[in-house]
Amino acid sequence: MRQLGRFYLIAILLFLYTPIVVMMAMGFNASPLYELPFTFSTRWYEALLSNQPLLKAGANSIIIALITAVIATTLGTMASVALSRRTFRGRSLLQILLLPPIAIPWLITGTAMLIFFYWSGIGRGMHALLIGHVALAIPYVVLVVGTGFKTVRADLEEAAMSLGSTPVHAFFSVTLPLLYPSILGAALFAFAVSLDQFVISYFLATPGYTTLPVQIYSAIRKGFTPEINAISTLLLLGSMAAILIFARFAKPGDTRDKR
Amino acid sequence: MTNVKVKSVAKTYGPISVLTDISTEFPEGSFTSLLGPSGSGKTTLLRIIAGFIKPDEGVIMIGNNDVTNVPVWGRNIGMMFQSYALFPHMTIAQNVAFGLERRGIKGEAARKEVDRALEMVRLSGFGDRTPKQLSGGQQQRVALARAIVIKPSVLLLDEPLSALDRRLRQEMQVELLRIQRESGLTTIFVTHDQEEALTLSDKVAILDRGRIVQIGEPETVYERPLTRFAAEFLGDSNFLSGKVENGAVRLSNGTVVRSDSALPGNGADVTLAIRPEKMSLATADGQPNRLSARITTVIYAGPVLSYILETPDGLPLKLFAQNRDGRVLREGETVSLSWSPEHTIAVAN
Repeated sequence: MRQLGRFYLIAILLFLYTPIVVMMAMGFNASPLYELPFTFSTRWYEALLSNQPLLKAGANSIIIALITAVIATTLGTMASVALSRRTFRGRSLLQILLLPPIAIPWLITGTAMLIFFYWSGIGRGMHALLIGHVALAIPYVVLVVGTGFKTVRADLEEAAMSLGSTPVHAFFSVTLPLLYPSILGAALFAFAVSLDQFVISYFLATPGYTTLPVQIYSAIRKGFTPEINAISTLLLLGSMAAILIFARFAKPGDTRDKR
Repeated sequence: MTNVKVKSVAKTYGPISVLTDISTEFPEGSFTSLLGPSGSGKTTLLRIIAGFIKPDEGVIMIGNNDVTNVPVWGRNIGMMFQSYALFPHMTIAQNVAFGLERRGIKGEAARKEVDRALEMVRLSGFGDRTPKQLSGGQQQRVALARAIVIKPSVLLLDEPLSALDRRLRQEMQVELLRIQRESGLTTIFVTHDQEEALTLSDKVAILDRGRIVQIGEPETVYERPLTRFAAEFLGDSNFLSGKVENGAVRLSNGTVVRSDSALPGNGADVTLAIRPEKMSLATADGQPNRLSARITTVIYAGPVLSYILETPDGLPLKLFAQNRDGRVLREGETVSLSWSPEHTIAVAN
């Protein structure tokens, strides 16, 4: 039984990582046509350094993902506070309406955004990409932070207020420190949603301002070069490092007492 | 040290009236229990005094200050919660220092106050631990230290002992009373545990459906309940109803019962309450009040025996007897009960 379990685990890991490992390896293969035998070379990384459009798109992607993470996490956390700590008219309606966007296909959301932005004069470009990504990421933030809120009892804030804290001070000194693993997780989620985003970005990007997935897509249409492997590898290592750092500090799913 | 006054306080939630015209005073340095079943409004009253809930009507005074419109954080209250509510991300010392810091007391001065408060609750040397490393009883004592270190005008306790097991609860009761006496803090204590209310308080207020039905010293409230609810909720009572006849009460079965309580005029309906431990099984002690009844159940609880009885006309009665002569009466025996007019209390229905 144990042997079988281990076999399954290895099979799943192979299934998940083989394509990625092949891609990373090919970034270091001298042949542009993925020919074997493997000859180690860094020529694609050198080529990448001079591929301005790809580099610029990569930088755009990271900047947009960072700004999206900050804005969506702030707004989403504020929404979570309202939804879990306040009572107001229409609260349950709001709570219900915040979640369906997660399930709506991106193609539909993207089309809707393109039409609306065109009609309302918002147009396309960096600001449109930001609005779109933030809108897309907020439901995830509310979901993650809202779950975190369930672990922070409301009477902790009351205790702080009885000791002289204003509600704002109570929130920053008691609730926020206890929520921070959830908020960090939500920010990572928002960052990933934005960085990953292709469909909506494809609709909202302009020829002058584009993101990495869109740039990769148009590059592939013209002809594939292993430079794409190179930049994908860099991006992958970056996001994996971010996730590992998060996992190290926040221990998601770990409910044991931290002594 | 200040007194607390509540004047004509009312609170409704939609169609439900939670508190109706509550007026009472909590004297300086006194320990008052708000006792009542769930839904009686006792917690709402405490939270209104704390400032978490705004009353629809009425005035809250702490000392000479009208605090009705002052938020919680401006009232200088010390509060203990049922769930302890210690801040899990802070050490014990940081928890206790929290309120001091809000009052601008920091550094060495704060450290001294914290040490003194922890010493008062017998937790010296626990300052560097986290709440999770302490037992429930210890956490509750930290919560008490945190509440009193700020020298509050009033100490508000929201069922703080109900999460503890019985033995620990009794220990904490003694501790709480000692600290309350030492600090001289005006204390208001919400509980649904009648024994806790009797043993701890200078005054007990009994709440029923949003009203204070009786407030007084534990002995007075227990010995002289004013209403049927008070007689039933605080301790056990037997109830006899009948009509007033020549200064006594004639029950429906014809028995005449005498009471030292002031009775209404002839022919009026009246309910009498008699505590089960005031009734005696001995027949020859010359008491004027007697009933005969059959024992239906005997509950043997060591020092005390509880008898459930029934009169021939079907009235249920309870009687507590000291287990003194070693003789336990059996179920089915018919006995004669007697009790004194002094212990026969006329109560409002």
